[in-house]
Amino acid sequence: MANTPEDLSYTKDHEWIRAKGNEATVGITDHAQNQLGDVVYVELPKVSDKFESSEPFGSVESVKAVSEIYMPVSGTVIEVNEALNDSPELVNEDPYGEGWMIRIKVDKPPELDALLTAIEYEDYIKEEAAE
Amino acid sequence: MREFLSLVNLDTAGTNKSVYFLKAIIIPMLKRTPLHDAHVSIGARMVEFAGWEMPVQYTSHVQEHMAVRQAAGLFDVSHMGEIEITGDDALALVQRVTTNDASKLQDNQVQYSTLTNETGGVLDDLLVYRINAEYFLLIVNAGPADSDFDWIKRHASALNCEAHNTSSGYALLALQGPRAERILQQISDHMLDRIPYYWSQRVQVDGIDSRVSRTGYTGEDGFEILCKAADARHVWNRLLVTGQDRGLAPCGLAARNTLRLEAAYRLYGNDMDETTTPLEAGLGWVVKLGKGNFIGRDALARQREQGSKRKLVGFEVLDRAPARDSYPIVIEGQQAGVVTSGSPAPFLKKNIGLAYLPIEHTPVGTEFSVVIRGRNVPARVVETPFYKRERTFD
Repeated sequence: MANTPEDLSYTKDHEWIRAKGNEATVGITDHAQNQLGDVVYVELPKVSDKFESSEPFGSVESVKAVSEIYMPVSGTVIEVNEALNDSPELVNEDPYGEGWMIRIKVDKPPELDALLTAIEYEDYIKEEAAE
Repeated sequence: MREFLSLVNLDTAGTNKSVYFLKAIIIPMLKRTPLHDAHVSIGARMVEFAGWEMPVQYTSHVQEHMAVRQAAGLFDVSHMGEIEITGDDALALVQRVTTNDASKLQDNQVQYSTLTNETGGVLDDLLVYRINAEYFLLIVNAGPADSDFDWIKRHASALNCEAHNTSSGYALLALQGPRAERILQQISDHMLDRIPYYWSQRVQVDGIDSRVSRTGYTGEDGFEILCKAADARHVWNRLLVTGQDRGLAPCGLAARNTLRLEAAYRLYGNDMDETTTPLEAGLGWVVKLGKGNFIGRDALARQREQGSKRKLVGFEVLDRAPARDSYPIVIEGQQAGVVTSGSPAPFLKKNIGLAYLPIEHTPVGTEFSVVIRGRNVPARVVETPFYKRERTFD
């Protein structure tokens, strides 16, 4: 069963976001890394790149597939996880911790309220699996 | 209607939004192998492949890949098709439709070959088993199996022989890896070390009548085991139990694909099809122009004389980003082709691929670019196979 921490918000594209004031950290969920398999490459944007909500900001690749990663909310990149260049497996090992992808300045804070809670996200995964 | 995850999930132009890997696709009425329930019962993730519902992985793609390189792996490849040709003219028919010289085969010998059309285009690649002088067995790919059979049957009409598509009656298992022989030997009544590479033998596998050949699609030593569909589950379960202590892992299509790519084995539909000839695909060694007439011979003779304008090469990406199937290839600012197979190589830990390049750019060491999400990434032509096993005698 996938691990879904209660203090984070989620998207239907399987990203998580941890917001603190106007800043937030973004990564992909435990369920997503599990479905993807062994991550071998993560492509991330540059600091100060600006993205709209739902816009792809990078990609994550396992041996068998490449997937885009989408912005949970509109924002400006203030830091990227450089450790993923040498250790992309951190996404598998610690998706909510060392495997984070970018930190952003949230441009439109009300967008945070539209995201899924942990319980809603878990229900969504179950629905997706049952379809 | 059932739902599956897509096995191949690729951003074809390198710029479009890729199909998200979790987005399910609906595929109606897929065929199932006799081992379907066995796969589901041990937690395999099932996907659609060439009209079949197949296991893509059981535990981890990379672990399964490494198991085959270092111990052993067991694959269900029952989706492959079987075509049996019998009668006085069985050899004549095989000679007419395939490019290799089947007259060189002895009883129980196996041969890799291609099936070509009049223009020399590849309709399929296949294994030809000579069971005896009046009985040949062809193992063909799942996708083109039915069209192969129609094609072969059409060319059998003037000859004194019969072709039968017996695919649904058989199961085919592949036991691959350095420990494959020791595992299979434990439940076989025949000395397996007497079966050389590309030979087969009728063997009782745990009492089940089977045809065992020393063949495979992984770059390792190993066997393919053909048995009746009804016996498949028994053989599968017995092999898994017998191999347990030796690190045998059930392996899915994901591992099969990366293993074959490391060995630079072509995948029909990706690395060759009707628009490419065996000569362009680097399979000139299975085109025997001197054997007599066969379908496609004139076109292939002409191409051999004039030389191909393009050739399939192996390449390594000189970057962390993997090249994937269909990514464009750029040489001197011009699109010069596409990647036909591309992936990270789990054992070699490199990003490798196959692609057709204009002949002047095919020498080993030539550099070119692969377009990865809009970026021109350098790549270099290398020797194939990428992976060659060390022969050990333990």
